[in-house]
Amino acid sequence: MNAIETKGLTKKYKDITAVNALDLTVREGELYGLLGVNGAGKSTTIKMLSTLTSPTGGDAKVLGHSVKTEAEKVKALINVSPQETAVAEKLSVRENLEFISKIYGSSAKEAREKAGEMIEKFDMEQIAKQKAGTLSGGWQRRLSIAMALISEPKVLFLDEPTLGLDVLARRELWRVIEKLKGKITIILTTHYLEEAEALCDRIGIMAKAQLKAEGTAAELKTLAGTDDFEEAFITIAEEALK
Amino acid sequence: MRTTAFASRNTKEILRDPLTLIFGLGFPLVLLVLLSAINSGIPKEGNVTMFEINNLTPGITVFGLSFLSLFSSMLIAKDRTSSFMLRLFTSPIRPAEFILGYTLPMLPMALAQTAICYAAAVFYGMAFNANVLLAMLVNLPIAVVFISLGLLFGSVLSEKAVGGVCGALLTNLSAWFSNIWFDTSMVGGWFEKAAKLLPFSHAVAAAKAAVAGNYADIMPDLWWVVGYALVLLVAAITVFSVKLKRS
Repeated sequence: MNAIETKGLTKKYKDITAVNALDLTVREGELYGLLGVNGAGKSTTIKMLSTLTSPTGGDAKVLGHSVKTEAEKVKALINVSPQETAVAEKLSVRENLEFISKIYGSSAKEAREKAGEMIEKFDMEQIAKQKAGTLSGGWQRRLSIAMALISEPKVLFLDEPTLGLDVLARRELWRVIEKLKGKITIILTTHYLEEAEALCDRIGIMAKAQLKAEGTAAELKTLAGTDDFEEAFITIAEEALK
Repeated sequence: MRTTAFASRNTKEILRDPLTLIFGLGFPLVLLVLLSAINSGIPKEGNVTMFEINNLTPGITVFGLSFLSLFSSMLIAKDRTSSFMLRLFTSPIRPAEFILGYTLPMLPMALAQTAICYAAAVFYGMAFNANVLLAMLVNLPIAVVFISLGLLFGSVLSEKAVGGVCGALLTNLSAWFSNIWFDTSMVGGWFEKAAKLLPFSHAVAAAKAAVAGNYADIMPDLWWVVGYALVLLVAAITVFSVKLKRS
């Protein structure tokens, strides 16, 4: 089964078309990278897939459920790690994790156990009692991803997960994301092209509200006739913007 | 479970903010202490009863509750503009659970705040009896008024703006038109009429009647406050729900 399938997915805001008739398929267990220059439509696509905004045309199915007519079912299957800090600042790391677990239906006991597992899995033992607002950017992102995973989602949306992090923190998060590969379906948006190349099974490049190219990093490089992924992205994006 | 989890998170966010302790508890208590000290210096021949502990405390408790608007509106406004809210919007939390989660923590806070003020008043000579407990219950409708105003303003204004509107404007307006600090009939005219139209002076009058044991005098004023509480709560829920959908 495909984890995500969109058909003619469209979002219009008055005179602006943010996403135009998008046909996209993401397989179960795949790590799919969505790239594009600013305003290409990737954030709006993620918003529609995660039920944050309704499509104005077409539809998207997440594990067989329509984001238009079965939003509640979709919400139970997905989780999102938003771009900016998405933690409750005055709650401790453990409390943040338990809170998210509970709103996805865990009992207090289950939430405690799951929080303990995530703290261990993400090496957060030493900061477990620390208030999230006092953590460094890297630790907050790590917590944010752990919060997204504690509900055991089938599909995870990672929106610019390493934006603003230093090289070490970014590499550390890459390792975390790599460990998830194959276990759940991940949709990753990023402006760091080396990140997409290193992590993603397949990559889609959006421009002017449409998907302009799709494939593995190697396939996209071949398509653009270059050995460098950044060059490939620029070639494809510039061609689309002409 | 979702509602209680969200309510619990909101309680922690509010109680762990030093502003809550400073304005919610510290400020009303300081006022109670200062005005009691001033009252003790007023000669009895002056026949000034406004700052006597039985008259002063009901007003202070109502004034203290006005800060609930500030706490709730700031939390909602901050949440609304943060990525944390995006995370919650993609979760299974439903609109009604959002509203309950923001509202429910405020009621025990209101009761606790009122109880602490009355406990301080007992220390200053107020008789502790069933009337004090009744006065605490009588304060619940005005607490709902302030909570609803917080929900309303927090839903439409930015975090910066709610600080001004709920922190400065609303607390001042509710103080001026409440008959706590001065008798609005002494000002007269439109000011007195506005005080009679708004719920604040009625809430203070009902609480004073409860403390004094004048039970027959409670409801005429309290109905006025209950009416405001219901209208504002419905308005707040409607506006919050609309904003939630648009978000």
